[in-house]
Amino acid sequence: MKIKQLSVFVENKTGRINEVAQILGRHGINMTAFSLADNADFGILRMIVSDVERAEQVLREAHFGVSVTEVVCLSCANVPGALSEVLDGLAKEQVFIEYMYAFSEGDTARVVIRPTDLDRCIEILQHCPCCLISKSILKQ
Amino acid sequence: MIWNPTKECMSREDMRRLQGERLHKLVERVYHNTPFYRRKMQEMDVTPDDIRSVDDIVRLPFTTKQDLRDNYPYGLFAVPMSQIVRLHASSGTTGSPTVVGYTRRDLAIWAEMTARCLSAFGTDCNDIFSVAYGYGLFTGGLGLHYGVEYLGATVIPMSSGNTAKQIKLLHDFGATAIACTPSYALYLAEAMAKTGIPREEFRLKTGIFGAEPWTENMRREIEHKMGVNAYNIYGLSEVMGPGVSHECEYKDGSHIIEDHFLPEIISPETLEPLPYGEQGELVFTTLTKEGMPLLRYRTKDLCSLTDEPCRCGRTNVRMSRIVGRSDDMLIIRGVNVFPSQIESVILEMEEFEPHYLLIVDRVQNLDSLEVRVEVRDGFYSDEISKMLALRQKLSARLQSVLGIKADIKLVEPYSIERSEGKAKRVIDKRVLQ
Ligand SMILES: [Zn+2]
Repeated sequence: MKIKQLSVFVENKTGRINEVAQILGRHGINMTAFSLADNADFGILRMIVSDVERAEQVLREAHFGVSVTEVVCLSCANVPGALSEVLDGLAKEQVFIEYMYAFSEGDTARVVIRPTDLDRCIEILQHCPCCLISKSILKQ
Repeated sequence: MIWNPTKECMSREDMRRLQGERLHKLVERVYHNTPFYRRKMQEMDVTPDDIRSVDDIVRLPFTTKQDLRDNYPYGLFAVPMSQIVRLHASSGTTGSPTVVGYTRRDLAIWAEMTARCLSAFGTDCNDIFSVAYGYGLFTGGLGLHYGVEYLGATVIPMSSGNTAKQIKLLHDFGATAIACTPSYALYLAEAMAKTGIPREEFRLKTGIFGAEPWTENMRREIEHKMGVNAYNIYGLSEVMGPGVSHECEYKDGSHIIEDHFLPEIISPETLEPLPYGEQGELVFTTLTKEGMPLLRYRTKDLCSLTDEPCRCGRTNVRMSRIVGRSDDMLIIRGVNVFPSQIESVILEMEEFEPHYLLIVDRVQNLDSLEVRVEVRDGFYSDEISKMLALRQKLSARLQSVLGIKADIKLVEPYSIERSEGKAKRVIDKRVLQ
């Protein structure tokens, strides 16, 4: 249920994100989802990748600052209102979200959530109209 | 062990008498053999006969690095070139380099005083030293080299650079001691860890570091990473080279080789002598040097002196750590800032790597100070707010130490250059404008 997310510290310099993508590409690591959070000086690139351990290793060798955190990843119907129903469910149970990012393909939407309380979040989501994604599905 | 107890444990009274006698002879020598000093003394209306005890030192002229440059190359030598057996020179980052000449006796004294230092660090004839200071015009390499030989230990004349080979030889030759700059020691320790060779396979136990100012935090960092007992050795080529002062097992200040070098602390502004305990610019008079003796040489190094007895039994005066250099001192928005202050704050925080770069600039007539640091592996976060909190923590600490606000810039791992010599840690763009 818990998915490992890889975060990479990048200075705000042109081409840094591309370098990350190239390194992962060179090692045959696939990025399933990513988002960038930034401020004026630096950014944090958050990614769900096909092989976290390997990605962490190759990026560290290339002198990137990396960290791994656990997140939850879910899929729900790609129709208006579907996501808000899920988020309402979490809010009602006082589970707060540090950040989230989403992407959709066809009629399903996938959402990565970094909640303050991971275990509680998973528990609640199991009763929501969505489907939790396990690691094995993401690898494909 | 105390190598030369007669000189290192002399009573204060006897030391002052010895220094007084040597000072008188020194002044006679330079008055008669160095036109530069004769002229200066005549201008001040002082003759060698006026200098009878150490208290008379205040009547003598100062010497600055600029005087050495003005008299480039041999103008301050007090013996004919036939008696000079070696030359060393400092790299002139600004203007011409400075040259120092040594007689055979100077070199013998230098080796003996370096042996005193090494003995105070607990090393002896059973040790194997890797001397990783640069060999050449810089005094570090050869200075330590002959000290190790004088001690009777084994010397590996490694010189600086080629870190992979350094590590291989430290390992294969079973080196028990290393001498280099503290910033190179940190670099080397990192490189050693990366080889994957377990630390138990190295026999290193003593580290001898000098040639650039360093801090207690840096000592802890080196000792932890390299597994050595780290000691400070101080010196400067104009005066002799490494070995002018050294720590002992108590690491509470560095003992000055006072029978050869008479220390003073002066105010860099008024040039007035300051009492023991007060911080100011360190000044040396080379009591016994023949090749290029110097009167009251202004080192630009800021520290304090104490004559309180040390637990080790040595009675000579100790100097504190160098807190900065009077010419390194950055004046930012009217406040005196020493890079060493910033360094000690960074080294105290486990969240950051011990490498940093200061960039001083002037934006719209206002000085700015940017501090670039690398976050240590394990402290990176997926949350911007946590990274900002890290930055804020450093910023607050720096502000409380410096009294001014610095802009902290978190940079990617290894983006700050690791030094293989003296680290370049300050870029002052204001000078260029
Ligand atoms: Zn002592």
